[in-house]
Amino acid sequence: MPPLLFYLFALITLGFGLLVVTARNPVTSALSLAMSFVGLAALFLSLDAYFIGIIQILVYAGAVMVLFLFIIMLLDIKAEEGKTFNLKAVVGGIVLAAILAVQVATIASSYQPGKTRLDEAKLDLKLAADYSKLPTIANDLRAGTLPDAKLMGQSLFQRYGFHLQVIGLLLLVGTVGVVALSKREREAN
Amino acid sequence: MITLSHYLIVSALLFALGLAGVVARRNILIIYMCLEMMLSAASLTLVAFTRFHVTDGLPDFAAQSLVFFTITVAAAEVAVGLAIIVALYRAKQSVETEAVTKLQG
Repeated sequence: MPPLLFYLFALITLGFGLLVVTARNPVTSALSLAMSFVGLAALFLSLDAYFIGIIQILVYAGAVMVLFLFIIMLLDIKAEEGKTFNLKAVVGGIVLAAILAVQVATIASSYQPGKTRLDEAKLDLKLAADYSKLPTIANDLRAGTLPDAKLMGQSLFQRYGFHLQVIGLLLLVGTVGVVALSKREREAN
Repeated sequence: MITLSHYLIVSALLFALGLAGVVARRNILIIYMCLEMMLSAASLTLVAFTRFHVTDGLPDFAAQSLVFFTITVAAAEVAVGLAIIVALYRAKQSVETEAVTKLQG
């Protein structure tokens, strides 16, 4: 990825991220967050993580943000107009964020592996093809393409099969929890 | 040229923005959005490290699986959290943090 594109997408991610924090209207915040996630997904794609990038757009920018917008519009939350904001909290937030940013910048400047350039950490698809046990993945690798989704599937279903089932259970518990949370209110009314 | 540090710094800035939002804002929905932002910033760190840690000629897919699990947990968390916010709005008619001070000493 050319450096220019990296800076463009980093700017989109951080610029819209700033808008999420500063916007008075929650709808503006939610839409900015969706844009910020699209920028972040582009950064994932630049790191050859195609599957994660697509998931980021589908799940975050798609499902999660639609849910947020739906709730904002359902509750009909108005923009906080004319309200004085809590000065103590705002100053505290900015100071905390600045401390964290300075800390990370200090560490990043002295972190030697951090100086690796993206073109130095080359992927060796031919070597990976020799190590690969599945013929479909090996063929893709020999053809010179990175079968990202297949490799993710191999990792998820072979190494982390149990974890995947636990996650499935978690989603089920979440679904049941949401139904229970919304149902109890209706009975009370 | 783009290095690993570039990605780490972008991710740190995004996390810092989210942190500032969580502390400074009063609207619970926006606090929640900022939490999501911090979660994805952590994902960016993980994905950047996987790409720069090349094993057998490929990125480290174990860490990318972790990102996948994080995104799944975040999706479940959003569903439950928003249900709680809706329940809170029904009880208090507000989504501001000042409306919920019952546990304040």
